Amino acid sequence: MAQMNMIEAIRSALDVVMDKDPNVIVMGEDVGYFGGVFRCTDGLQRKFGEHRVIDAPIAEGGIVGAAIGMGVNGLRPVAEIQFADYIYPGFDQIVSELARLRYRSCGDFFSPVTIRTPCGGGIRGGQTHSQSPEAIFAHVSGIITVMPSNPYDAKGLLISAIESDDPVLFFEPKRIYNGPFDGDPEKPAVSWASHPKGEVPEGHYTVPIGKADVVREGSEISIVTYGTLVHVAIAAAEELGVDAEIIDVRSIAPLDVKTLADSVNKTGRCVVAHEATRFGGYGAELVARIQKECFWNLEAPIGRIAGWDTPYPHAFEWQYFPGKKRIMAGIKSMMEIE
Amino acid sequence: MDKKSRLHIPHPTARPGETPDFGYLDLSPAGSVDKPPIDARTRDIEYMSAGLVRVLDEEHQAVGPWAPDLDPGKLQVALRWMMLNRAFDKRMWQIQRQGRISFYMEALGEEAVSVGQGMALRPGDMCFPSYRNQALFMYRGMKLVDMMCQCLSNTRDMCKGRQLPIMYHSAKANMFSISGNLATQVPHAVGWAMASAIRGEDHIAATWLGDGSTSEADFHHAMTFAAVYQAPVILNIVNNQWAISTFAGFAGGERRPFAARGLGLGIPGIRVDGNDLLAIYSATLWAADRARRGGGPTMIELVTYRGGAHSTSDDPSKYRPKDEWKSFPLGDPVERLKQHLIVGGHWTEDKHEALEEELKTMVTAAWKEAQQYGTMTEGPFLDPSTMFDDVYAETPHHLESQRRRMIEVEQGG
Repeated sequence: MAQMNMIEAIRSALDVVMDKDPNVIVMGEDVGYFGGVFRCTDGLQRKFGEHRVIDAPIAEGGIVGAAIGMGVNGLRPVAEIQFADYIYPGFDQIVSELARLRYRSCGDFFSPVTIRTPCGGGIRGGQTHSQSPEAIFAHVSGIITVMPSNPYDAKGLLISAIESDDPVLFFEPKRIYNGPFDGDPEKPAVSWASHPKGEVPEGHYTVPIGKADVVREGSEISIVTYGTLVHVAIAAAEELGVDAEIIDVRSIAPLDVKTLADSVNKTGRCVVAHEATRFGGYGAELVARIQKECFWNLEAPIGRIAGWDTPYPHAFEWQYFPGKKRIMAGIKSMMEIE
Repeated sequence: MDKKSRLHIPHPTARPGETPDFGYLDLSPAGSVDKPPIDARTRDIEYMSAGLVRVLDEEHQAVGPWAPDLDPGKLQVALRWMMLNRAFDKRMWQIQRQGRISFYMEALGEEAVSVGQGMALRPGDMCFPSYRNQALFMYRGMKLVDMMCQCLSNTRDMCKGRQLPIMYHSAKANMFSISGNLATQVPHAVGWAMASAIRGEDHIAATWLGDGSTSEADFHHAMTFAAVYQAPVILNIVNNQWAISTFAGFAGGERRPFAARGLGLGIPGIRVDGNDLLAIYSATLWAADRARRGGGPTMIELVTYRGGAHSTSDDPSKYRPKDEWKSFPLGDPVERLKQHLIVGGHWTEDKHEALEEELKTMVTAAWKEAQQYGTMTEGPFLDPSTMFDDVYAETPHHLESQRRRMIEVEQGG
């Protein structure tokens, strides 16, 4: 075991898979010589060469489109989109081509592309470096969408993603690249070194796609969340002194309904939380599924905490971010219902 | 110059009721464009994108440096493929008009593109076709009955009823799956070619799109990637003058030829007479050889004319002169190859008529066979529960449960 932050864990996943399979290549803006703006691919080009760690033109549609063609020709491309906010020029290629190729050709053609992209706020990135567009992709059949919340899951899930024959959107919550974040920007930064999930095996292992994780067991209420908010939810529950069960969804699509339902059927109360905007958001899907599976055991409506339905404002980041105060208020209001 | 800025709205030279006018097309006489060595620098061969590479002259003789080494036997075979394309399209169009398939697209007037380029490529080369490349599927071994079954969405449909008619694919024939979204296949071709180069193979990729689709961002992304990595790929622009009712002027075709689109990135362009099978074959072979030997991408513009409607859902009499095709200065590709063979003493009108009859019979027989696998109104029918297959490599739980629910509903549950 080694101590790794999320960046190192992602780099280690790429390293391990590239060592194992010569068909795995990495392509993206600034990923090669420089090693990526977040350093996730640092050193990989020196080790694997320019033909396997490829600096790309600033054209996300071209990166995704070319990666699809490479995948059709037997490679296993890992494309990096520098920020999730930049993914939209590649949207048509993802939705109309990558997601549908296997279906429309009845399995004659497929392209096992993994798209890695940093998402989420809390880094003073303003509206073009803070978005959480996972719901848009979760809505598309034919692709898998995942988001890890710690180094151990990041490495294991990324290896699963790359080795999967299905296309995967791999969202990396960049606020927690260097350490878990409890939602309080005033507190000094915490590193992954003191966190159990910062312990990461150096070799090959996988975390399965399609499985949620119970990160904290509890009996009074279930908090269903993912990404950065997993850590905020833990802090909120602890500060409130509520015996909350906290579920890290991890696999946005396909969704592990059973783990969610088992938890809520046990606790009888539930709050779902995500950073992305509320209206038509992924939380609505979570609420609908939990409501259907747990209706007769629910003691209160299912609460929903999300980003406000505005673009992500630069100067009002901490009023926008669904931090500890909002999650605590959400938990309290659901606990108060008799 | 005006003293004010002005908004230019492109207009075609003729609308319905007006006299067709192709004066805007720059034509060069057959044999007048030099043929450079395949390792020529792009800056030295820019002339190829402005001129028009033609082999067949007004007397139907093959002339000039681009005249290919194709014996009459091979040319007869080429003519046969083009005529099969036309016979197939004619029958399928009728079948659609009879309401027996939902949709069709014909390649009338553009048959030389698929056949000439198909002949110049190797079987290991990968094709990323557009929707008017049916002859490329035929040339690469797809059976007519399989194409018909696809159009029927019947039990032998390669797409299992998931795709609109004509959206064929064949991994065996190295023919990529046709998408309804335009130009999306162009970056795929470039990526495929990059992978081939990464592995050091000499397979190349070729892709086709229309003049109208060159406006799509995918085309520009693809050009950039092809140029940056010198990918072994041929980017073919089939300039048939019309994209539904959008004439080529709305794709920016008024001031520079489409063949010149890549020059700013250092991609050489060849503007080719798209109704001259010999010129098409020769230009494609040049580009393929260049790509195979590390010379990178080539853009080929095939200047042709869409002889028919865009699709069975289109009515071109609403936006262009009815008989415009008859005035097209590059003529009809089938007629031109036929005359070339006749002039050389390798073909006759009688043989031509007999071949037309033979192909018509062949198409009719294929249609008869195709219907045995099911029609839109009579079985056998595809099992609708297969709609849940192939969304993912393995069908996930939520799709299995939706499949069960669909079956329940269908059974009245």
